[in-house]
Amino acid sequence: MSAQPHIEVRNLSMGYGTTVVQRDLNFTINRGDIFVIMGGSGCGKSTLLKQMIGLNRPLAGSILFNGVDYWAASDEAKANLRRGFGVLFQAGALWSSLTLAENVALPLREFTRLPKKVVAEIVALKLALVGLAGFENYYPSEISGGMKKRAGLARAMALDPEILFFDEPSAGLDPLSSQRLDELILELRNGLGATVVLVTHELPSIFAIANNSVFLDAETRTMIAAGDPKLLLKEGPDQVRHFLQRGQP
Amino acid sequence: MTTAQLTIEGDPREPRVILRGDWSLRAEVPFFKDIAPQLAQAERVTLVGNELGVWDSSVATFLAALLRHCGGREIEVDQRDLPDGLRRLLALAFAVPARADARGEPAPKGYLEGVGEASLRLWHDLPAMVEFVGEIVLSCQRLLRGKARYRRQDLWYLIEDAGVRALPVVSLISFLVGTILAYMGAVQLALFGAEIYIADLVGLGMVREVGALMTGIILAGRTGAAYAAQLGTMQVNEEIDAFRTLGVSPIDYLVLPRMLALVSMVPLLTLYSGVVGCFAGMLVATGVFHIGMYEYFNETVNALSMTHVLVGVMKGTVYGALVAFAGCLRGMQCGRSAQAVGEATTSAVVLGIVLITLAASLLTVIFQKIGI
Repeated sequence: MSAQPHIEVRNLSMGYGTTVVQRDLNFTINRGDIFVIMGGSGCGKSTLLKQMIGLNRPLAGSILFNGVDYWAASDEAKANLRRGFGVLFQAGALWSSLTLAENVALPLREFTRLPKKVVAEIVALKLALVGLAGFENYYPSEISGGMKKRAGLARAMALDPEILFFDEPSAGLDPLSSQRLDELILELRNGLGATVVLVTHELPSIFAIANNSVFLDAETRTMIAAGDPKLLLKEGPDQVRHFLQRGQP
Repeated sequence: MTTAQLTIEGDPREPRVILRGDWSLRAEVPFFKDIAPQLAQAERVTLVGNELGVWDSSVATFLAALLRHCGGREIEVDQRDLPDGLRRLLALAFAVPARADARGEPAPKGYLEGVGEASLRLWHDLPAMVEFVGEIVLSCQRLLRGKARYRRQDLWYLIEDAGVRALPVVSLISFLVGTILAYMGAVQLALFGAEIYIADLVGLGMVREVGALMTGIILAGRTGAAYAAQLGTMQVNEEIDAFRTLGVSPIDYLVLPRMLALVSMVPLLTLYSGVVGCFAGMLVATGVFHIGMYEYFNETVNALSMTHVLVGVMKGTVYGALVAFAGCLRGMQCGRSAQAVGEATTSAVVLGIVLITLAASLLTVIFQKIGI
């Protein structure tokens, strides 16, 4: 384990066109952290995530992975960095014309030279890890929303990414499924040693799994706190404590 | 990075499976089925992973296959010497039993089965079409009574999109078709020294038949496909369900304005197509076959009666209605995936063109019979 942070965000400003959504974001994420991006609706949480996974370019500032500035890197270096990312989109974003097995196999087919039989075994393992053993030949339209999310997770993990990004993993799940998903994220982090970055406003999830966080504020358009959410609950700024206590004093 | 190594040693009944080196998905790793025979006599397997270097899910995949193999044969497996994270990962993989009615890979469909399914689909499609026609008629009734709910703004936009924005492509196609008609006709007519009749040929042909047909086909590809894709995507996003739950008829709100837009714009486009075609014919006649412009114009006016013009416009209107019908029908029937939207769009164009062709034959025969 090196002392260098896994992900470092420096003076990041982001927005669309001339509208600035957030500015002057500075935070670091260490290897193995479970990091939560918190904040009220519309404060730019998902936008920040999109910049981190390289979908949108920030207005200013830089995002460093293992010390490499993503947006300043060459296309080839970018592609290499991205290969270390696994992303779970809000609704799973499974490819609807492919079966679950094909969905998980696609990154493996594209980026490894593993023979077919090995790919099939890996796919079976990944689906088993998310509790979907036996669903290999189902299409996304045939399974429930929670299952889609888990299948999306299996696909995100296909290449054993160093960093897993989640956009609102518990949105639309019942409390029990949501809790199981949290446990799954924790188990997978422990098993595979990945760094996890998630956008969520589910308080139980935040306290159950996160050990680091950043809090974005919609009004001042910048971050107002960073660190372990359990500490923020005790000694963070009023607004953050208010959020973490669900508005109860 | 060292390569992944696997050794099996000790008593064949109680073998020790030792994993060494770095196991990575990006490098070559042992495949369990290749070594399975070496465990044939095993009663108890000890897994040793103390000397594992860097590992990822390739080793988990290998071990999961081993555990499944041993589980099926009631062979005991000792996992104590595996790294902690790996043990937990394996426990997670076996935490949820595989679905009992797991589905095998679907068998490829036979030819006969395919034909049968397609026929059944066609059979089920007909009542759906009739029902859709009924819904549109009811919606038109509501429109006439002023009870249909839709946004005027949408209607104007749809009219602009189906009408004005289609002008460039209608101009291009009609001009080229007019040129082709004039050229083909003139070569034959010149054999009899009757080049002046190019005007009759192009005029009648464009105004009565081809203008309407070309406009219909262009709109099937342009507007019909767009309607199917729009409504299909709305279906995917549950937007159409949202209308239904509000008590707003999606037929009134979405289908009716589209039908109205196309049906009102197609007659104009058909007329326009005829005019452009005749103009192209005139250019060919004057430029290539040295017929006077005035002569050509006169001949065209003599050849065309109001009946011909009305027949052409009527045909165009029918085609436009069919295109809008096909596009909206397929859009509303769309499934809930990206692929379904693609299928709906393709099907809308195909259905539109098939219906246009059917209508064209039918109308030609009918007009012939009643002598128009």
